[in-house]
Amino acid sequence: MSILIYAESAEGKFKKTAFELASYAKNIAGQTGTTVTAVAINVSDASALAAYGVDKVLKVNSDKLKAFNAKAYADVVKQAAAKEDSKFVLFSSNTDSLYVAPLVAVALEAGYASNVVALPQSLAPFQVKRNAFSNKAFNITEITTDVKVLAIGKNSYGLKENAASLVEEDFSPSLNDGDFSVTVQSSEKVSGKVTIADAEVVVSGGRGLKGPENWGLIEDLAAAFGAATACSKPVSDLGWRPHSEHVGQTGKPVAANLYVAVGISGAIQHIAGINSSKVKVVINSDPEAPFFKVADYGVVGDAFDILPKLTEKIKAFKAQNS
Amino acid sequence: MKILVCISHVPDTTAKINFTNGDSEFDTNGVQFVINPNDEFGLTRAIWFKEQAGATVTVVNVGGPDAEATLRKALAIGADEAIRVNAVPTDGFFVAKQLAEVVKNGGYDLVIAGKESLDYNGGMVPGMLAALTGADFVNGCIKVDVTGNDATAIREIDGGKETLSAKLPLVIGGQKGLVEEKDLRIPNMRGIMAARTKALTILEPVSADAKTKAVKFEKPAPKSAVKLISPDNLDELVNLLHTEAKVI
Repeated sequence: MSILIYAESAEGKFKKTAFELASYAKNIAGQTGTTVTAVAINVSDASALAAYGVDKVLKVNSDKLKAFNAKAYADVVKQAAAKEDSKFVLFSSNTDSLYVAPLVAVALEAGYASNVVALPQSLAPFQVKRNAFSNKAFNITEITTDVKVLAIGKNSYGLKENAASLVEEDFSPSLNDGDFSVTVQSSEKVSGKVTIADAEVVVSGGRGLKGPENWGLIEDLAAAFGAATACSKPVSDLGWRPHSEHVGQTGKPVAANLYVAVGISGAIQHIAGINSSKVKVVINSDPEAPFFKVADYGVVGDAFDILPKLTEKIKAFKAQNS
Repeated sequence: MKILVCISHVPDTTAKINFTNGDSEFDTNGVQFVINPNDEFGLTRAIWFKEQAGATVTVVNVGGPDAEATLRKALAIGADEAIRVNAVPTDGFFVAKQLAEVVKNGGYDLVIAGKESLDYNGGMVPGMLAALTGADFVNGCIKVDVTGNDATAIREIDGGKETLSAKLPLVIGGQKGLVEEKDLRIPNMRGIMAARTKALTILEPVSADAKTKAVKFEKPAPKSAVKLISPDNLDELVNLLHTEAKVI
């Protein structure tokens, strides 16, 4: 019996969330006296998982799985779970993993909880805390089935090094043609830019920036931090920025370590989208902006004056501390 | 083409969230309920298909009688008929099971569900529904087109988007982007009058055991007051982010 994690990768390398997932799984394995097995698709060197407590990795190498395919990936994870007799199957709360996890839950007749934000409160009965009501509240969810599928929220547990001696094993699950009915025709990816999903720091702009021509100020600060850029809903509605950057209840959720909001007043729907971020900095000329009520640090002032200065200071700090 | 749009009946996005009965239940007192925003984008896209290609649009909800106002709104927007599965939606799997039964009996070509509801945020119903019915499935879908038995869908991926081909029957987990927000329909008087005469069928649920239960709710701990920093002293902000918050 082993706890199974689906270790997400991109271009043959594990994502940071895979290590966070391994850290989380190792903790449950410690409590239940079991081991951690990872299933990794098209990753040639899986040794990096050892530092985070993974005991075994099932390596799946297949040209058929080069492009992400939810149904086929679910089939792989299902077969890995059966092989390992896993009572826990863990995913990260990432776009692709959240696509796969419900398919796996049905296949394993497992209860499923997504957006999990903490270690289980109890193992028997199994109860775990998850985000609900668009981050305005938490829900303690009990999973009543023998096999449990969880999707763990980014940055909710963190990276915990815990070295294990990793055994690598080739794994060749059977794939059905029916798995490939949905096929990728093309993809467009912005290269060389930090994405909101991967970002530790997000710099976000609102209507206070006055127009798309001023977005360079947001981009400069983001570049200094090594951050992703984002925006409020009005900004995406006005077409200043693409919808993919819209943060909020009907946009993207952000669970960054640091969220910097510039010229955003803080509508309840926007706050809901960023509630899971650890530290919030708000820059706004209006001292009454509701965002200040949920911020950790605030600067009341003119963004056009503050942003260039702050960018220089962050650059200087990074130069000193790199 | 027969389209089924799954509608969640959720608190308005501006609603204050409170709990009652020892924090075991959502307090609906004073809360206005709306069509789940992710479903509303799907509904509008379905109406677009109806107007462009002559599709029929059925809306379905798993819930109590209080959800009928939300279904009537969907009818007023332009759906042809509505189904309410008369059951308390205990968990995502239970809901998916009920919807799967409706899909199997109705022979729908395209099933549109919001990628997640804004109350429980489980994000599981569209995928589970696809798995239970064996249909093709696209999650996080921001565009869908259908030609004959073939569908083309675009989904958001981290840092971009991906175009997929699929076959009908197809289930999509939809979101903003399926239509522009400015194109969302508001019921007009004619639509509201017409909705009164459209069929709203009530079905009894099929037997299905929930696999999870919501035991208790908690609200985030109150935040300590914001630390205000003078715009003339941004060094202090950088210092606090480094030494106190430890995020840079």
